[in-house]
Amino acid sequence: MNWPETFRTGFEAVQAHRLRSILTMLGIIIGVSSVILTVGLGQGAQDEVKKQIDSLGSNLLVVSPGSSTSSSGIRGGFGSASTLTLSDAQAIEDPSVVPDVKRVAPVTSSSVALVNGTTNWTTTLVGSTADWLPVRSRTVESGRFFTAAEVAASAPVVVLGADTASELFTGSAVGETVTVEGKSVTVIGVLATSGSSSSEASQDDTAVAPLGLANSVTGGTGVSVSSIYVEGASETTLGAAYQEIQALLANLHGVTTAEADFTITSQEALIDTANSTNRTLTVLLGGVAAISLLVGGIGVMNIMLVSVTERIREIGLRKALGATPRSIRRQFLVEASMLGFAGGLVGVVLSVAGSQLLPSLIDQPVSLSALAIVAALFTSLALGIGFGVYPASRAANLTPIEALRSE
Amino acid sequence: MSALIELAAVRKTYETGVVRVDALRGVDAEIAEGEYVAVIGPSGSGKSTLMHILGCLDVPTSGSYHLAGQDVSTMSEAELAEVRNQRIGFVFQQFNLLASMSAWRNVELPLVYAGVPRHERRERALSALDRVGLADRADHKPGELSGGQQQRVAVARALVTEPALLLADEPTGNLDSESTVDVLNLFDELSHLGRTIVLITHEHDVAARASRQLIVRDGNIMTAGAA
Repeated sequence: MNWPETFRTGFEAVQAHRLRSILTMLGIIIGVSSVILTVGLGQGAQDEVKKQIDSLGSNLLVVSPGSSTSSSGIRGGFGSASTLTLSDAQAIEDPSVVPDVKRVAPVTSSSVALVNGTTNWTTTLVGSTADWLPVRSRTVESGRFFTAAEVAASAPVVVLGADTASELFTGSAVGETVTVEGKSVTVIGVLATSGSSSSEASQDDTAVAPLGLANSVTGGTGVSVSSIYVEGASETTLGAAYQEIQALLANLHGVTTAEADFTITSQEALIDTANSTNRTLTVLLGGVAAISLLVGGIGVMNIMLVSVTERIREIGLRKALGATPRSIRRQFLVEASMLGFAGGLVGVVLSVAGSQLLPSLIDQPVSLSALAIVAALFTSLALGIGFGVYPASRAANLTPIEALRSE
Repeated sequence: MSALIELAAVRKTYETGVVRVDALRGVDAEIAEGEYVAVIGPSGSGKSTLMHILGCLDVPTSGSYHLAGQDVSTMSEAELAEVRNQRIGFVFQQFNLLASMSAWRNVELPLVYAGVPRHERRERALSALDRVGLADRADHKPGELSGGQQQRVAVARALVTEPALLLADEPTGNLDSESTVDVLNLFDELSHLGRTIVLITHEHDVAARASRQLIVRDGNIMTAGAA
């Protein structure tokens, strides 16, 4: 019997027992779609993390006070909040000392109440320099950002986040005046939304003012900063910039790098941390899904064995009419792999549908990869073949009389 | 006439655990081309075993079996499958038609294993059905046919490869008397056309239709005389 005939016979056999075929495929269907969806959920979560961290700014290093080491956690030391100073930021800005740095934005932040007439809104007031905007890779939606001259003069101006502006003002906020801790400042611009998801809402609920002004409003010392954002000259030299800043600050603070009272975090480190968590989850869930796929494969074997027993007379007849053991084996193998592959195909369709449906149900993005789909299809085909071998051999090795005799 | 079937000292011993059963104890027989032979005997006489060996469904423990000049007693299962396909047409007591397939698809089945192209298979299957008088039932499934009609479809399937030997195992065992006559008349016709037929039965009036009877008793052929 040639291949097309074998496929036709296999297809007819699958069709003749439609309900049983569907039930057999169910295991594979569930297995395949759960594997694809789990991998898709893991991938979606990774993409989301990357997007969020990218929205912080490109080539970004964040220097924050306090030390964190893998062995002892965070080392606070004396007044850890004040270990980073404005002069640290100015030192990093010196291209002769730190050549791989492009821009530096020292940042203070504190919670303040903004008042517009009778409207009152509490938000984070960020004090920084004119470089804050490009370093954080933000843009201004309307109006303008403050200039270096305004920073130098501690001019009474503020730039609001999109959410903050809409909370305080009904119309355009630009040109209006808000009162911050009793001091009147002019709104000169509104930031564009950061584009990251709802969990990062604070990015859009903020107010940015010149460093000196923010200090005077909140009673800051004017010396210490809460963190320093550093933009590297390029992504490839970010590692060098990291080393240079570390050496410089250790030197300025009079400590060795091993006992540093500051921490430098790169985006890559953040991504790695987030991804390793995601990966663990994906591997765990994917493993469970893979086991269900395996169980589905065993289901195929089970049904094929039943099918061989049930069709023992048919096998005997086919043998009497001239079917060789080889063609019987082939027929049952083709049947099993058809069940496996069809199950895989339905599973892929279901998982594509699920990937459209799931985000709206559980608020998690799902990104399907073509690789996962192709791999799942091949796996289901391989499962069909793999678990079809034993039943097919049983059928092939039946002697014709034994098969014909059975009732 | 040349001998189509030559059995020489054919023994068949089954061993199931401690029990040894000598089903055939040195059978010698010759059947010439074009003969219509009935193999008759009570159950347990060894006639089923003889039928299995004649049909190349089983091989003898010792002794030789030549079918159309070919020694088939030492062949592998795959080689036997080819011999069955090319040289033997089977008719079984239970018809053994595949219920999910129409009559002509059942008839073409041996041709599928012979590797005959599709369009030729349908043509030959239809002409075989025509020969047993069922051309108008080609698209009916076995469930839609009477017992006699089903057995005639089985005969058509046995004839479709133009085999040297038509081997019928209790072909009338599941039929009413009217259908029995029907099927036996068909065998008579085929015999007149020169086909070699071996019919296994335990009914004497069925055996009486054949031109010669082989009586099997206790694993041996007792009488090989003309009826």
